[in-house]
This record gives sequence, C-alpha cells and structure tokens, in this order.
Amino acid sequence: MAVIDHDAELTRAGANVRGFGGALLHFMRRYPLGAIGGVIMILFIATALFADQITSFDPTSTNPRVSLAPPGEEHILGADFMGRDVFARIVYGSRISLAVAIGATALGCLIGVSIGLLSGFFGGWIDLLVQRLIDIMQALPLLVMALIMAASLGPSLTNTIIAIAIPLVPNVARIIRSNTLALREMPFVEAARAVGMSEARIAVQHVLPNTLAPLIVLATAQFGSAILVESALAFLGLGVPEPHPSWGRMLSESAAEYVRTAPWLVIFPGVAISMVVFGTNLLGDAIRDILDPRQRI
Amino acid sequence: MGAYLIRRLLLMLVTLFGMSILIFVMLRLVPGNITDIIFDSAGFVNPAAKKKIERQLGLDQPIVTQYVSWISGLARGDLGYAYVSEKPAIDEILPRIPVTAKLAVLALAFSVLFGVPLGVISAVRQNTSLDYALRVLSLSGLSLPSFWLGLLILMAFVHWFGWIPIYKSNTGSFWHDMALLSIPAAAVGFRSSALVMRLTRSSMLEVMRQDYIRTARAKGASDVAVNYDHALRNAVLPVVTIIGIEAAFLIGGLIVTETVFNIPGVARFLVEAIRWRDYPIVQNLVMFIAIVVVVVNFIVDMLYVVLDPRIKYEE
Repeated sequence: MAVIDHDAELTRAGANVRGFGGALLHFMRRYPLGAIGGVIMILFIATALFADQITSFDPTSTNPRVSLAPPGEEHILGADFMGRDVFARIVYGSRISLAVAIGATALGCLIGVSIGLLSGFFGGWIDLLVQRLIDIMQALPLLVMALIMAASLGPSLTNTIIAIAIPLVPNVARIIRSNTLALREMPFVEAARAVGMSEARIAVQHVLPNTLAPLIVLATAQFGSAILVESALAFLGLGVPEPHPSWGRMLSESAAEYVRTAPWLVIFPGVAISMVVFGTNLLGDAIRDILDPRQRI
Repeated sequence: MGAYLIRRLLLMLVTLFGMSILIFVMLRLVPGNITDIIFDSAGFVNPAAKKKIERQLGLDQPIVTQYVSWISGLARGDLGYAYVSEKPAIDEILPRIPVTAKLAVLALAFSVLFGVPLGVISAVRQNTSLDYALRVLSLSGLSLPSFWLGLLILMAFVHWFGWIPIYKSNTGSFWHDMALLSIPAAAVGFRSSALVMRLTRSSMLEVMRQDYIRTARAKGASDVAVNYDHALRNAVLPVVTIIGIEAAFLIGGLIVTETVFNIPGVARFLVEAIRWRDYPIVQNLVMFIAIVVVVVNFIVDMLYVVLDPRIKYEE
C-alpha cells in the first residue's frame, strides 16, 4: 500500500498548508501588535522560571550599607530602604504575579464555566438563582469585592488567588451562559439527544467544547486584570505577605515619600506591572480577532 | 412600559437585599473581629475584658440576630455606631461623600471628553497609523495601574514645580476645590477614557458597516456628513451604556487614587474600615456603593429608551 503524504498532496492541490513555523510567521505578519504582546509574555514567563539565573542577589536579604542606594553598577535598579536589590525583587516578584494570574484565572474560569453551563443548559430554577447571584455580585466593583475577600480570608498566596478568582466568576458565568443558551438550540444537540445521550453528557461533551473560543478570549482579559487587582491589593497592604516580593507592595512600601527622595523605587515596579499587562492586552486583542472576528475592536 | 418598570424596580430590591446578606456573611465568615485586632496589638488577652467589648458591640449574638438588627436599623435610617471612632456611622460616612462625588464626576467628564472624540477619530481613520497610535494609547491606558499613574503624576509635580498637590478640605472656594481635585481625577479618568475610547471605536465601526451608511455615501453625501451626521449619532447610543459599566470601574480606581493623593473621601475610608474590621462602616459603605451602581445602571437603561425610540421594554 502506498503511503500518502497528505501535506504534499494538499500543497500540490494549492491548499494553504503551513507548518508551525509558517503559522507563527503568518501570525506575526498579520498581527504585529499581538506578536509584540506574545514576546512580552514569553519574556515574563521566562523571567519567572529562571529568576535565580537572571540575578545573583537574594530578593529578601537586607544590607543596611546600601539603604536607598540609587541605580548604579552593583545594584542596576538601585536598592530599597532595607538595602534589598530592586532588580532582584522585580525579577522574583514576577513569580508572584504569574502564580496569582494563572491561579486566579484558572479558578475563576473553572467555577464560572461550571455555573454558566449548568444554568444555561438546564435552565429552570437553577438558572433563575444563578442570574440573581450574578446580578448581586456585579453590583460591586471587582476591586471592592476582592478587597473584602482578601481582608476576611487573611493574607496568604492561596487566599489572594481565591480573593481575585471569585470576583471574576460572574463575568465568565454570564458569557458561558449566553453562549450555552444559543448552542442548546443547535441541531447537533438534538441529534445527540436522538441517539439517546444523557443530558449531562451532551452538556459536557458537545456544548462545553463549543464555548472554548469565547472562554479563551475571556481568560486572556481576566489574566491581565488579575495582575492589576493583585498589585492594587498589595499596594493597599492586603495582598501576598512578606517575605514574598510583590510588585504592588514594592510600590506601597515606597509610595508617597519616595516620590521625592528615591524615584527609582516608584518607577521600576510600576514599569514591570504595566509592561506585563500591556503584553497580555496586546496578545488578547490578537487572539480575539482570530477566534471571534465579529467582536473585533 | 409600566409593568417593565415595576419588574425592574423589584429586581433592584432583590439584588440589594441579596447584597446585604452576601456582605454580612462574607464579613463574618472567618473568625476574627475587631476585638481580636485590638487585643492582638495590645499583646495580652484578658478574656473577660474581651467578652465585655464583644457584648457591647453585639458581637456575641447569633449572626441572624445581628443581621436583623442591622437591616431593621437601616430601614429606619439608623446605621449604627462605628467601632473605631465610636461615632454614629452616618456621621462618619456622609461628610466624606461630597469629595468622592466631585472626584467621580470630574473623572467621568475627563473620560468622556477624551474617550469619545478619540474613539471616533480612531474608527474613521481605521487602519491608518493614527488609528494604530490611538489604539496603543488606549491599550496602555488600560494597562497602567491607576495608583502608579497617580504616583507618576506626583513625581512630575515634584520634578517640575517642586511641590505636591495636597488636597485640603474646606478651602472655601468651589473652583479651588475642583482645580485641586482635577489632578487625581485625571489619574482615574485616564484609565476610564481608554475604556470609553475602545468601546466608542468598536461601536462606530459596527455602525459604519451598516447599509444606510453605504446608502448615504451612494447618494453623494460628504465624508463629514456621513461620519458625523449618520454614523456618530447612532454610534453614541451604545456609548451611553458605558457610563453604567464605568460606575463600577471608576469606584475601583477611586479607592487606590484617594489613597495615593491622601484625599479624605469614602473610597479610602472603606479601605481603612476593612483593615479594622469596622463592620458597621464596611457593610453600610458597601451597601451605599451597590445602591449607586444599581441605580446608575437603571438610569442608563431608561436613558436608552429615551434616546433610541426603536427600543421598547415590554413584558
């Protein structure tokens, strides 16, 4: 039996076949801003993974001799009041931001998808209850909700993730619910029912995969806002506790008085937060254009 | 329309009632109240003294009793006493509202004044370099934490003028107040204007694809007439809804900005009360915020009907 080289056949037929490299090149040409966002994200993740190779300083070790040292040869971004290296704290701080962003986005989407699917597909009193609950949660700004949750759960990494994830739930649930409502009426659902599939299996095997595109679009947006909310919580003193270096808390330690005396303590952590969130937003826009062209902004 | 209004108002009440339960339970879900904080910082615990304070504050009663006494007080306009200052909660909250309200109005004005025109320009010049520049600007606006933007503004003032704009209450002059507040308002409004700009742009692009726009062009109407007379008038409608979204968005920005600029408003007060577990202040302030958000959204929905005669709410 002759082996058919599918790719070669398709290419000869004039089909648009690209390998991974080709697809990447196409993406970069079509969405230059998205590609820049992608590069920023890769740098961010690499920084978090290889923090100990990037800097030889320990982000928590103090050294009173270099207290408030300006950026120079030894401490390239300067040192804070306790003489801790600012560059090292920013590099290691990326781990906290990444952990919180991934954790909160994943948890928020998991709960949101379950609730949205349940209420959209099965309807009835569950749906009514969920809709009211979403109304209630959306009457409070995300940050206020996260603040109260963070304060009542107490300071820790896990609690910060939960405090940010829960306020993200209503948004996810609402969008998954409205998608499910439309999908429920599709012929393939009827077909699945006709062959005798159980309702739960239809919901999970047929409806759920079709909500994936809006979910990915939503998750990238949530990723950025999780980082911003984490930094705001830390800035207000309710985020991940010491000794973990967090970008938001670096700003609260320095804040108003260092604006005059040690501006490097204010500038660099903020640049780090803004760059990473900017990267997720750029990438998120490109992903939305690809997956959901109708919503193009 | 009448039936719809009644249904809508009832739903608002349900939402606010649910919020009151949610916030009440959330605050008490985890062990630790103000007495723990006081006694922790004092360093020793005299159980009898602690019990006495808990009894005074009503914290020893079952949670349902505490809830009922709060809600029935709320219905009579009695918000209880703040734990920290021991003054009536209403006397703590009310005087702080005007500053925050002024700040919010200024920030909203800033975001609309910048966001709408820039969004329109960006849509009309779609895919030009101007459009790209404006899109990058709005994305960067959404990416800057507003407290950091506030700190940068303070830094710029120190650098160029050598002083920091500090808000003082009772300057006497309304305009002086507004001038001082416009600086933090710009910090909050920049982020919101980015949001307004994005939504205006997408709404404008959506309208510009419609058939009647093509018709207008076909009959020979000038670009200006098509863009501003036909398209903008229809594109502005969805932008009105943004004000509803903004209400919640702005309050988040106000919390951090009031902290950065040391403004004695309700938003910063909420953070302090949360830190101290000052329940009467936190739960009443949260209810106040929820009422503002719900009412603003209701007004926006009603405004929508007035502005767009095609929309009718019926049941």
